[in-house]
Amino acid sequence: MDEIFGIPAPLLFGQLLLGLINGAFYAMLSLGLAVIFGLLNIVNLAHGALFMMGAFVAWMLLNYAGLGYWWAMLLSPVIVGLFGMALEKLFISRLYKLDHLYGLLLTFGLALVIEGVFRNYYGSSGLPYRIPDQLQGAWDLGFMFMPVYRGWVVIAALIFCLTTWLVIEKTRLGAYLRAATENAPLVQAFGVNVPRMVTLTYGGGVALAALAGVLAAPIYSVNPQMGTNLIIVVFAVVVIGGMGSILGAVLTGFTLGVVEGLTKVFWPEASATVIFVIMAIVLLARPAGLFGRA
Amino acid sequence: MALGRRTLIASGAAAGVVTSLPRLTRAQAANTIRIGVMTDMSGTYRDNTGPTSVACTEQAVAEFGNRGFNIEVIQADHQNKPDVGSNLARQWYDQGVDLILDVPTSSVGLAVNQIAREKDKAYVNVGSATADLTGPACAPTTIHWAYDTWMLAKSNGGATVRAGGDTWFFITADYAFGHALERDTANFVRASGGRVLGQVRTPFPGTSDFSSFLLQAQASRAKVIGLANAGSDTQNCVKQAAEFGLTRRGVKLASLLLFINDVHGMGLQAAQGLTCTETFYWDLNDRTRAFTRRVLPRTPNNYPNMIHAGCYSATLHFLKAVADMGVPAAKASGVAVINRMKAMPTEDDAFGRGEIRPDGRRIIPSYLFEVKKPEESQGAWDYLKLVQTTPAEEAFRPLNEGGCPLVRS
Repeated sequence: MDEIFGIPAPLLFGQLLLGLINGAFYAMLSLGLAVIFGLLNIVNLAHGALFMMGAFVAWMLLNYAGLGYWWAMLLSPVIVGLFGMALEKLFISRLYKLDHLYGLLLTFGLALVIEGVFRNYYGSSGLPYRIPDQLQGAWDLGFMFMPVYRGWVVIAALIFCLTTWLVIEKTRLGAYLRAATENAPLVQAFGVNVPRMVTLTYGGGVALAALAGVLAAPIYSVNPQMGTNLIIVVFAVVVIGGMGSILGAVLTGFTLGVVEGLTKVFWPEASATVIFVIMAIVLLARPAGLFGRA
Repeated sequence: MALGRRTLIASGAAAGVVTSLPRLTRAQAANTIRIGVMTDMSGTYRDNTGPTSVACTEQAVAEFGNRGFNIEVIQADHQNKPDVGSNLARQWYDQGVDLILDVPTSSVGLAVNQIAREKDKAYVNVGSATADLTGPACAPTTIHWAYDTWMLAKSNGGATVRAGGDTWFFITADYAFGHALERDTANFVRASGGRVLGQVRTPFPGTSDFSSFLLQAQASRAKVIGLANAGSDTQNCVKQAAEFGLTRRGVKLASLLLFINDVHGMGLQAAQGLTCTETFYWDLNDRTRAFTRRVLPRTPNNYPNMIHAGCYSATLHFLKAVADMGVPAAKASGVAVINRMKAMPTEDDAFGRGEIRPDGRRIIPSYLFEVKKPEESQGAWDYLKLVQTTPAEEAFRPLNEGGCPLVRS
């Protein structure tokens, strides 16, 4: 029991746990992307930048307004969500009739602009954000030291993912949303304001990204590149899980986090590429993704 | 008749002015020295190099004043990519840039080194760390200005082993710089009687979560974790090591390349007790403080580190050499300018006195600092206290050990 595949067991368990934690971020971000893609048909490349904004707004709330972590969890998604809705109204809504590619280019451009602005004012070194006092410290699990905050990230991510899934699958609002994806003119004919609903959905997806940003702020330094590093991986996650599949996005997020964690033990240099290798294999075998409907 | 003659003279003079105009601009171009600052304007090393490197170069130009030729500073972002850097370097040199300066990120620094040699143009590398620039890759067109991996390894690695940290595990950024820093530090660890238990190579750029690698380091039971990385990679390692209780269990982190800007980014709470090796610190003496006061208006939110100060000092020295040998001779040959720079001692507020060896290595003292505790810091950017000074003649790799083909043994 001491060694598994030549790796000390404690190390392996530690990596599994860490994989879950990273998976939590992948899951939350890919969930937002999946919701936006499912309902708006927009490949939202600005998602990483909005995740970064979520972390920055948390930092600003603390440093300019004196509002701590818990306030940031509440306010940052609202602020960034409103910003996202403004983006949708002003820019993205004009592209629904065009090819996917235009939405992709537009949101990519928006991401570069947002990141550039933050880099210009705050530099690239990153800004410190403290772990809240209630979540300081760590549990000694024997095989590893488990920081309380990382545990909280996994639990919080699970709660948010589950809530989103419930809202979309089990509520009346969710039913409208799903109906609008299938046939927007018909739903509109029943008296539902579809454009407004689409704006709110985009805002909701963006708020999820911002929430993930707040969760990430105390772990990674708050810096303008933090989204760029994640977004490509998260896209791979969405593609593997199946575009638009909510449950697929969440499950794939956690699973790939674990796979990546294990790669870091067995072949560290490949840990940045393993997800893309999996993506290539999945695309060859099941082009619609693991959970997608062809 | 008199009127006619006057008109004639006047129009002749006017014609002379008109015809000489294009010649004047051509003469101006021939009389202009162009310095291209190639740096990281948008990535992980932006605050350690970037706009502040440009600001310090401009400060040097302003202080140098007008000595009969024009000086132009241009800048570009190499995005930490060797291919982007190579293309830029070719383009710049072909368009009449006389000196390429800074070039952080060792992989890019080495790529530009090759092009400067091909085109016989001057190249002063300040931002890259790899000691190969004055070793196997040394070139007659290159000077390595402010620091290198060997000097970091000697100061920090040696001191750590002497303090009892005799077993090491490296977390290494997987590219030229990380490899060089790991290699040079491991040599010092072994030479001082220590052992290297293992290493892990982390993808660069793009790794932000180091906890897996830190746990592997911990599992090796090494007393010291050597961080052969820089910028936000180092910051994330330090923060995450504290988070996973590594430091509390007595594991020591050796941040092999740490800049004051990284300390600023982490905050003293997280960074306290780390050591770092620099050749410049703004609060070192009266002259460094004076330099910092002068340059801060150009870079209000970022204090200069040894790379920034290096850009200032290298620009001054380059311009002195140009003034000495004349603009046409300086523009004609990069090797000639570099040789003239090597023949003169360097002298400026940021580093004091120094000299440049035949292999292109500038020789200056190095300083080992410790990051202050929050309660020890008395104001903005008051972060470091001096632990140990290595004199110039011992700070860098001895001339005959680098394997530089320019050095006849």
